[in-house]
Amino acid sequence: MSTLTKRNPEGASADRVITMAEAIREALAEEMRRDPQVFIIGEDVAEAGTPFKVLKGLVEEFGPQRVIDAPISEAGFTGIAVGAAMTGMRPVVDIMFGDFLTLAMDQIVNQAAKVHYMSGGRWRAPIVIRATMGATLRKAAQHSQSLHAWFAHIPGLKVVLPSTPYDAKGLLKTAIRDDNPVLFFENKAMYSTRGYVPAEEYTIPFGVADIKREGRDLTIVATSRMVQVALEAAERLAELGIEAEVVDPRTLVPLDRKTLIESAKKTGRVLVLDEGHQSYGVTAELAAAITEGAFYYLDAPVVRLGAMDVPIPFSPPLEDLTVPDPEKVVAAAKALCGRA
Amino acid sequence: MMPSPGLEMRAERHHAMAVDGEQWLHMYRQMLRIRRFEEQVNELYMSAKMPGLAHLYIGQEAVAVGVCEALRRDDYITSTHRGHGHCLAKGASMDRMFAELLGKAPGYNRGKGGSMHIADPDTGNLGANAIVAGAVGIATGAAFSAKMRGTDQVAVCFFGEGALGQGVLYEVMNMASLWKLPVIYVCENNLYTEYTPYQEVLAGEILDRPRAFGIHAEAVDGQDVRAVYFAARRLVERARAGEGPAFLLCQTYRYYGHHVGDIDRSYYRPREEEEFWKKERDPIRLLGTWLLQERLADERILEAIAREVQAEVEAALAFALNAPYPIPDEVAQHVYADKAEP
Repeated sequence: MSTLTKRNPEGASADRVITMAEAIREALAEEMRRDPQVFIIGEDVAEAGTPFKVLKGLVEEFGPQRVIDAPISEAGFTGIAVGAAMTGMRPVVDIMFGDFLTLAMDQIVNQAAKVHYMSGGRWRAPIVIRATMGATLRKAAQHSQSLHAWFAHIPGLKVVLPSTPYDAKGLLKTAIRDDNPVLFFENKAMYSTRGYVPAEEYTIPFGVADIKREGRDLTIVATSRMVQVALEAAERLAELGIEAEVVDPRTLVPLDRKTLIESAKKTGRVLVLDEGHQSYGVTAELAAAITEGAFYYLDAPVVRLGAMDVPIPFSPPLEDLTVPDPEKVVAAAKALCGRA
Repeated sequence: MMPSPGLEMRAERHHAMAVDGEQWLHMYRQMLRIRRFEEQVNELYMSAKMPGLAHLYIGQEAVAVGVCEALRRDDYITSTHRGHGHCLAKGASMDRMFAELLGKAPGYNRGKGGSMHIADPDTGNLGANAIVAGAVGIATGAAFSAKMRGTDQVAVCFFGEGALGQGVLYEVMNMASLWKLPVIYVCENNLYTEYTPYQEVLAGEILDRPRAFGIHAEAVDGQDVRAVYFAARRLVERARAGEGPAFLLCQTYRYYGHHVGDIDRSYYRPREEEEFWKKERDPIRLLGTWLLQERLADERILEAIAREVQAEVEAALAFALNAPYPIPDEVAQHVYADKAEP
């Protein structure tokens, strides 16, 4: 994996490189030290530290009372987290594979998302649900889905998709301090991705897109691991004389429409990239937002690239066809710029 | 508010009983408040003054009152689609309840929740829930939180026997037992899962289910508020002392249909059965008769309570009918909680 560069906050050290998994662990540990109400609940979160070892060492520091191994009962422990959140705690729920969110849908969609509104603002549910997403790891159709679009559709939920260790740490700390239910999607293909993360404490506000690469010829809006795919494609496009701007919304809800639209106005050509299924998904919403806001500046219709509308197959050559990769992005970008 | 001449007379002779007598009279009043409130709700619906629908609790009043009388104000409850009784028994006032049912601004939830979603932090009401078994996680989580925060609060999770069909109940009962959480699962078996006799859709014995998780479980006559109260008090004390969760099965009966529009019920239950429960097993009449027998009250006191409750209903209803609707701006408020909000 490439080392990710990141503009650092003023005065912060720029020489510390850690993995995405370490960045997430740091965010959790820092928030747990800061606020005794924060706890983690999920399957194999304590001694096992999850199958991805993201939580390694946390139970040793915070004890089994705050890093809680639950039975394999996603609906049950997510529901318990909602009730705990309503009554003064700040739970962080670990959903090992995002596919298992299906088992907790009532708790997330009918309970957590609605309790503040239904109660006329009298109850609130400050809960973070960390879930993995992402294909290409040969885990087949029930361990590879990227279901973030579902939650972005539900008012009352916030949806976060970090694409770098720096963003993951800053956004997760913000998520834990937020008073609303937040779905935090970690791409499991990125846990070992390395990037600069300052030693100094920082948070990243929701609803602020980040321009990961500046360019003048086209805008590639991308989320999660697709940001890395876009950056790789941008390097190849640069060799062809096409300068792509890569914009990462970082949070789908709230969405920084302004930055997306401004970039679209500047370049006049937009490609939207997301790892969820293409139909009725995130690419459609982002394309619509850009089209509505920048229609008269666009030289071509917004082009979308999502995951194929098929369940994720196991067979490696088949699986690799299902999600956007740099080659597909380069081809789509060239076509969009009239260079096919 | 509490009529007292009879009580004082009684107190002189049986000082130890007097406290209890007052409390039973209070429970009588609470049950009657629920009954009259709900009758008024039915009238509002029938006269097309109430939007949506309502699921009436009439017939089951002894369960809500017996259980909530064993709770403190800062203890938690979760309720169901048939929840007016639980909310009132936990301390809700009728005026804001009616206002909520009519979608008015002074309702408990600014009219945004309505009949099936009344929630009130001031009385520990985490909310009524329109998903069957939808609140079992929340109630268990509140108990989990109380234990984690080191308070001695308990949580009561009300649900009907229909919720026994939902898997999430067994998930949370497992964790409640495992972690010895101060939660009491109160199952109100009103014999009908919506429009279906419960035996048609329920295998085995109900109490075997919580017992499979090692949860202390018992059954009680849900029409006898004294029996419900004594059982609840024991289970609440047990939970408060850190002895873990319990399951209380209350055998009861729903006088009306699944909801106010369920008028023709003959295809799922005989009219004679309804008449039997109303005549022989009515929780308010049972307690009233006992109060008279025990000379803890006389007819005059019970009539005074009835008059006061009727006046309360009328005033509360007038308040709600005259209350304003929320302004259009409110539609987009409270989607997300803001740090600055109260």
